[in-house]
Amino acid sequence: MAILQEKISKIFPEATFEEGEILLVNIPDAKLHDLVKSLRDDHGFDYLVTIVGMDWVTSLGCVYYLTSTETKEFISIKTQTTDRDNPMLHSIADLYAIGGIYEREVYDFFGIIFINNPDMRRLFLNIDWVGFPFRKDYDASPEINPVSTQSERQTDYTQSWIEMPDGSIKEEKTRIFNEDDFVVNIGPQHPATHGVLRFRTAVDGETIQKIDVYMGYIHRGVEKLCEDLSYMQTLHFMDRLDYFSAHNYHHGLCLAIEKAAGIEVPRRAQVIRTMMDELSRIASHCLFIGTFCMDLGATTMLFYTLRVREQILDIMEKTCGARMTFNYDCIGGVMADLDPDFIKDVKELLAVLPKNVAEYNKLFTGNVVAKSRLTGVGVLSNADAKSWAITGPSGRASGWACDVRKTHPYSVYSELKFDQVIRTEGDSMARFKNRVDEILQSKGILEQLIEMLPEGEYCAKVPKVIKLPAGHWFQVVEGCRGLFGVYIESDGSAKPYRLKLATPGLPAGAVVDHITRGQKIADLITIGGSMDYIVPDMDR
Amino acid sequence: MKQVTAQGMPYDAWKDNDYIEKLVTELRESGTNVLVGSLDKLINWGRSNSLWPLTFATSCCGIEFVSLGAARFDMARFGWEVARASPRQADFMMVAGTIVHRMVPVFRRLYDQLAEPKYVIACGSCAISGGPFRKSYHVAKGIEDIVPVDVFCPGCPPRPEAMIYSIMQLSRKIKVERFFGGVNRQENQKEFLAAHPIEDTSAANID
Repeated sequence: MAILQEKISKIFPEATFEEGEILLVNIPDAKLHDLVKSLRDDHGFDYLVTIVGMDWVTSLGCVYYLTSTETKEFISIKTQTTDRDNPMLHSIADLYAIGGIYEREVYDFFGIIFINNPDMRRLFLNIDWVGFPFRKDYDASPEINPVSTQSERQTDYTQSWIEMPDGSIKEEKTRIFNEDDFVVNIGPQHPATHGVLRFRTAVDGETIQKIDVYMGYIHRGVEKLCEDLSYMQTLHFMDRLDYFSAHNYHHGLCLAIEKAAGIEVPRRAQVIRTMMDELSRIASHCLFIGTFCMDLGATTMLFYTLRVREQILDIMEKTCGARMTFNYDCIGGVMADLDPDFIKDVKELLAVLPKNVAEYNKLFTGNVVAKSRLTGVGVLSNADAKSWAITGPSGRASGWACDVRKTHPYSVYSELKFDQVIRTEGDSMARFKNRVDEILQSKGILEQLIEMLPEGEYCAKVPKVIKLPAGHWFQVVEGCRGLFGVYIESDGSAKPYRLKLATPGLPAGAVVDHITRGQKIADLITIGGSMDYIVPDMDR
Repeated sequence: MKQVTAQGMPYDAWKDNDYIEKLVTELRESGTNVLVGSLDKLINWGRSNSLWPLTFATSCCGIEFVSLGAARFDMARFGWEVARASPRQADFMMVAGTIVHRMVPVFRRLYDQLAEPKYVIACGSCAISGGPFRKSYHVAKGIEDIVPVDVFCPGCPPRPEAMIYSIMQLSRKIKVERFFGGVNRQENQKEFLAAHPIEDTSAANID
């Protein structure tokens, strides 16, 4: 890190640094693009984890989190502008494909315009929405933005602010689709979009030319809600983002808060948390297999896969008391100790898993129809996976070893033996097979965890009111669908000043446009299904 | 008093018989024509035993609805398994999940597209009141203001058993309906829709 800091300060003398767990570079907006470009090209920071929009009252700005897929190192870059009426920053959408979407999100929440981003529309909110909700001075009174049954205003145009060679900024209005494009609307109410997602699809005959992914049909403003809640209270929202990764997301936020507050988690709690993560992963992948096969018309598969899922939900219900929204991980450990039958139940589950997986493979994976529908369809190259920030089993299907459990081990993962399931084909079939294989990897992990489960406390003693010192923290964990990042900024009070959740759903939905171009419209469903996005996870 | 029950569940096992008994009294108030009454019974028997849901789910509750359709909870036992993707073919709508500002017009249109007679179950605390997201800037505080609701099913998410109970409640309500005038819940629906109109702005809304 010190070497990197020296190198950066040589090229960019105006940069200032804040040491910490992750190096933070302060850079004026004018140099941002050059700095990021140099980091990407010369230092291997090829993966943009997230862009955190911020309102520091005196200024608006962004914190960029980059990581190198080679060295696994993180770096963060902070840039800000004091102009609140017309805030503008430079875009990095040309460097990272996912950057464009992340910037749209920041624009939507904070009203920061990104110069040179070709598509500067709102992402989640209606075009007529008044104000920018994440600004600290936002007026949330329902009269300003009432609930309306009138259809929202649609537009065929997008806006952009382009920097001219002489330094002036020109506002441009461009069409999203060409004038003679044939645009088909798919969603938001469509059983195969896996939730309320909408694709505006331009087709030429049966070939897809472009998709405009239209989100926000389940945008609930979780991050903003968290700003008014204590840290304990923010936890329960993690159940309701990606409801299959409830334990994993809880784990991520707990780790971030514990890191900030300096709370040590008892070993038993760590092992329990890891067990729950892996059980969730199996349940999640089982449901994925069921619904994905159902998209292809193999309805029976759902019944086979839900059998295992129900068995896992039973195990969880005995310990956590709920089937879906568990709220089990808490700051300092877990809410309650394991059920006395837990180990017995898990062993029973592990005993039937291989048989079940073999059955799935027999029924579906080798099926000639499945093969022809999935093999070679929706190919995502390795470089594109990184540029689009596609993590999790989907990213690993493109040959990118992006498993956070290996790259940035947390809890007890560093002591466990397991393999990252990696395939290089990058097609729908690889994404499907990866998930099937991960079930067996999780089984192996669970077997080891049962062996190492120690006796002891299941929750550390923590103060009733948790106050974090002023500062900021970033934590990543592996959800069932990929990297889940938590950014907390605290001003020293009992509530987070800003809580940003970087979820794998948003890139997975955004990339659909890229990988379906030139494919047949019938394959849109299988490609979308294989990306396995969860819409509430995407919209938050 | 006629004991209205559904799917063979004993009458005493129901939790809110007062409410149904009130409906029955209301139904009988003006007397029943033998012919029309028997016809009503026949129609209601058919309707209440083959309710087709619309596959409509926005978030977590939708996954429990999937579980409801699978082998363990098996809603096919009750004749509800024919989940339709098109509102034109569905009888009722299980509003499973949060309804946010952007979804409201779409949701209302889906409701308007349902063929008569149509019913709505508000499933989960988000649909009932906004639930944990009630304070959000982008969440509708319950669907009651958008469409008329027949049954509320609390929970976050409700267990599949609770969902079964709520649909059985709907069956019971249908059984005490009158097809021609009188105590007919469709009239309440009309009143509601008259009080909550939507202008037709479909053409003016495109830039």
